[in-house]
Amino acid sequence: MVDKRMTEDEVVAELKDGMTIGIGGWGSRRKPMSLVRAILRSDLKDLTVVAYGGPDIGLLCAAGKLRRAVYGFVSLDSIPLEPHFRQARQSGAIEFTELDEGAFYLGLLAAAHRVPFYPTRAGLGSDMLTMNPDLRTVTSPYDDGEELVAIPAFRLDAALIHMNRADAAGNGQFLGPDLYFDDLFAMAADKTYLSTEKIVPTENLLDEGSVHTLRIQRIFTDGVVEAPQGAHFTECPPDYGRDESFQREYAATARDPEAWEAFRSTYLDAPSHAEYLKALEARS
Amino acid sequence: MSTTVEATIDEICVVACAEAFRGDGEILCNPIGTVPIVGGRLARAVFEPDLVYTDTVSVLPANDFLVGDPDAPKMVESWVPYRTVFDIVWSGKRHVMMGASQIDQWGNQNIAAIGDFRQPKAQLLGLRGAPGNLINHPTSYWVPNHSTRSFVASVDVVSGPGYDRMRELGAPGNRFHEVRRVVSNLGVFDFQTDDNRMRIASVHPGVTVEQVAEATAFELAGTEDVAETRLPTAEELRLIREVIDPGGARKAEFR
Repeated sequence: MVDKRMTEDEVVAELKDGMTIGIGGWGSRRKPMSLVRAILRSDLKDLTVVAYGGPDIGLLCAAGKLRRAVYGFVSLDSIPLEPHFRQARQSGAIEFTELDEGAFYLGLLAAAHRVPFYPTRAGLGSDMLTMNPDLRTVTSPYDDGEELVAIPAFRLDAALIHMNRADAAGNGQFLGPDLYFDDLFAMAADKTYLSTEKIVPTENLLDEGSVHTLRIQRIFTDGVVEAPQGAHFTECPPDYGRDESFQREYAATARDPEAWEAFRSTYLDAPSHAEYLKALEARS
Repeated sequence: MSTTVEATIDEICVVACAEAFRGDGEILCNPIGTVPIVGGRLARAVFEPDLVYTDTVSVLPANDFLVGDPDAPKMVESWVPYRTVFDIVWSGKRHVMMGASQIDQWGNQNIAAIGDFRQPKAQLLGLRGAPGNLINHPTSYWVPNHSTRSFVASVDVVSGPGYDRMRELGAPGNRFHEVRRVVSNLGVFDFQTDDNRMRIASVHPGVTVEQVAEATAFELAGTEDVAETRLPTAEELRLIREVIDPGGARKAEFR
């Protein structure tokens, strides 16, 4: 099997300005944060990010990397609304495509299945259609003739996901309570880069979880980055929970430019994930 | 009934939220927010034993467990990752109780933004799951701060559509839509009127119809012979205080 191991900076070197990038996880849960930070310290710009958003979207907003955010929500879970995202929306700094959370899933599913759209009732009568004038409806070709919303496929240039375990060929394993939609992100993207807490030999993939946890297949992955604590400060159970104290520190930077600069220079400008972990250690 | 007179407003609201789920049978009871969650658990414990509910993470616990304690012992009866929750939404076997930053006389709900959504004065939670919830299964609302800022003449953004929008949409698209009930800190409201306009179903003990009208920016129906919201029973108070929410997390929404 091909060895797809690479570093965060090698992943980012494959990305280009203006790309549409999907990010797995959910809110402040199992986000590929070491990859997000590698984007933050790169020259990349004008990105469109597609995510069940958390601090990934917030950080990309704060660092001025985004042209557009496509999301079902942007939340830090224990802090209901992402503060940097809130600021970007209120200042008009980013374009946005806001969808019903379930409808968002169908956009990923359509992209994964290479069909132009999936139909849903979600959005009829609400302002989801007003907020997104490009959304179209479709009429059932069967006798019922029902009109439904056609959620367009979110085809992605690249996807970034974080798994508890993976092998070097890119088979990924989640050991926590929910896969979220990471398999669909991987299938919806031209290139998928997977970071993982630990790369294990293929023969050891069943040591810590049942076959049901092997939900990312290597045919959908192009790069594997070993990043212990790679989802920090978001949660990555059972390996670790959310670092709530760090998250509060991060959230407070949205109200205070000086705090943001300090946060940025201490944590985001760390030239590698290893250096970030050292800065974390110095914090505690 | 000396025990019931000791019920506090948070407990009266918990019971009013629980009552919203009466008659639902074997569906996913999905309250969001502490008071509705305590209410949902109370409904199952007292009068709707077939309900299932989530731990708000990924499983359905079959036991009456504490709110606000992620380590509370759970007897797991099923696994519901978010993808399955969406599938359940679309299947219709769910009744959600959400919050509403703004709600109008037709039951249109806004949790998305204050002001123009293109560049809002205040970005709120966003549409979240409201559009899909309302068009697929029964929905109720919990509003802990009843005022003319929350019960408004017109919402800034429609996250969850109300009855005027559904009339406009027509059949068959609107056939699963139902705004079952709105519970606030002042009373209980429903849409059981000829034109599905919001009416007062009951006022909480000690609250007058005039108080409710003053705190509402539109005209409410059903202002004659208004009933009083029922008090918790002694058994319900015991369950709320000793089993479901002994830490009093429900009280935080009333500060």
